[in-house]
Amino acid sequence: MNPLELAGARPEPAFTVTFDDRELQALPGWTVAAALWAAGITSWRTTRRDGRPRGIFCGIGVCFDCLVTVNDRPNQRACLVAVRPGDVIRTQEGTGHAD
Amino acid sequence: MVGAACALYAARAGLDVALVDRGPVAGGTTGAGEGNLLVSDKEPGPELELALLSLRLWDELADELGPAVEYEPKGGVVVASAPEGLAALEGLAAEQRAAGVEAVDVPANRLRDLEPHLAPGLTGGVLYPQDRQVMPALAAAHLVRASRARLLTGRTVTGVLRTRQGAVRGVRTDRGDVHAPAVVNAAGTWSGEVAALAGVTLPVLPRRGFVLVTEPLPPRVRHKVYAADYVADVASDSAALQTSPVVEGTAAGPVLIGASRERVGFDRSFSLPVARALAAGATRLFPFLEQVRAMRTYLGFRPYMPDHLPAVGPDPRAPGLYHACGHEGAGIGLSTGTGHLIAQILGGGRPELDLTPFRPERFEQEAV
Repeated sequence: MNPLELAGARPEPAFTVTFDDRELQALPGWTVAAALWAAGITSWRTTRRDGRPRGIFCGIGVCFDCLVTVNDRPNQRACLVAVRPGDVIRTQEGTGHAD
Repeated sequence: MVGAACALYAARAGLDVALVDRGPVAGGTTGAGEGNLLVSDKEPGPELELALLSLRLWDELADELGPAVEYEPKGGVVVASAPEGLAALEGLAAEQRAAGVEAVDVPANRLRDLEPHLAPGLTGGVLYPQDRQVMPALAAAHLVRASRARLLTGRTVTGVLRTRQGAVRGVRTDRGDVHAPAVVNAAGTWSGEVAALAGVTLPVLPRRGFVLVTEPLPPRVRHKVYAADYVADVASDSAALQTSPVVEGTAAGPVLIGASRERVGFDRSFSLPVARALAAGATRLFPFLEQVRAMRTYLGFRPYMPDHLPAVGPDPRAPGLYHACGHEGAGIGLSTGTGHLIAQILGGGRPELDLTPFRPERFEQEAV
């Protein structure tokens, strides 16, 4: 069953964000990670040394594994940052910084 | 770290070593450090001699363990932002050169050759090629492993065993006794408590320091870079908060920003004023850091001694007890020399350096 129905939630209308130029729907109050997971995306970063895939690990802002680039700002914790209409979310490679 | 180095050099001198630690390896001040191996911040004297000996030994260890402990012979750059500060810095550098330190004066227009992202308008600086860095938790762990000492972590020393004549014969722990003809007190900031268990006083006090950790970055800070007033802060006796910017990159990517000093006991609570002061100081040196996110902070307690010198050597008040503690913020750097000297005296030899300035009982005599 849809958890929104389970909780009797009546969320505000959904809005659109993009992940690597792909449009996703998100609900107000979601984190970036929630929006990505809801779209079936579980990895949005590659590690600095070996380029291995990373997504949510701790989910509570402690481990810094879920870092992602949001609106050109790298190293945002997807599990903490609230998603906002029009956010441009991108896979982060390495440090996310040029040079 | 100091305990690990004592274990390594004692074991290599042929002694049977057991390491007893209340917590895990690097669970105290070692794990809260930046891993500095510095000569630049030391005035000529016994501490600098210990630092030079220690650097030589770190270089030897690096042949075995270098990559594993993130050993980086990166050098240090000390910068001044005003002419008076530069004059004092160059004066110190001249004295250090006379004591065997490599120190190269760098005019203002050459600073950016060394550090391209440094702020404009600095007056000049001094390059210290001998300054180095390790990752302290890795260093402690690898030294312990290399020592092959018996490792007893999670065991709290609750007493020091002594014969009726007063000689030390081992330690009592919460999980049984460990018998030994010699006990080395390398409990860092908590060494005063261990000394008290042996019935002797050692005035080790905690001096708190915070480190700000940035998000991982591509290499942008090449050396350990700090402001000239850091040396004065290190040598200060004040209990009040002092901060002076110290900035360094790490092998893993984050930039570490220090350094604060304050004597507030073992208070582990976060301090926003300290974090603010550290961030402000660092962005004065490296303006690009304004756009960089600080991910977290950590804090630790340097083992502070009233005269800023460690206690290294036998304690005549408790035969069989040796101290290797009180290195304040320099314990990672000074650990190898300390361990080497302790191993020399445990083996009955003459220590390579004169240990008189480091005598653990020196404060008692001063009090008389």
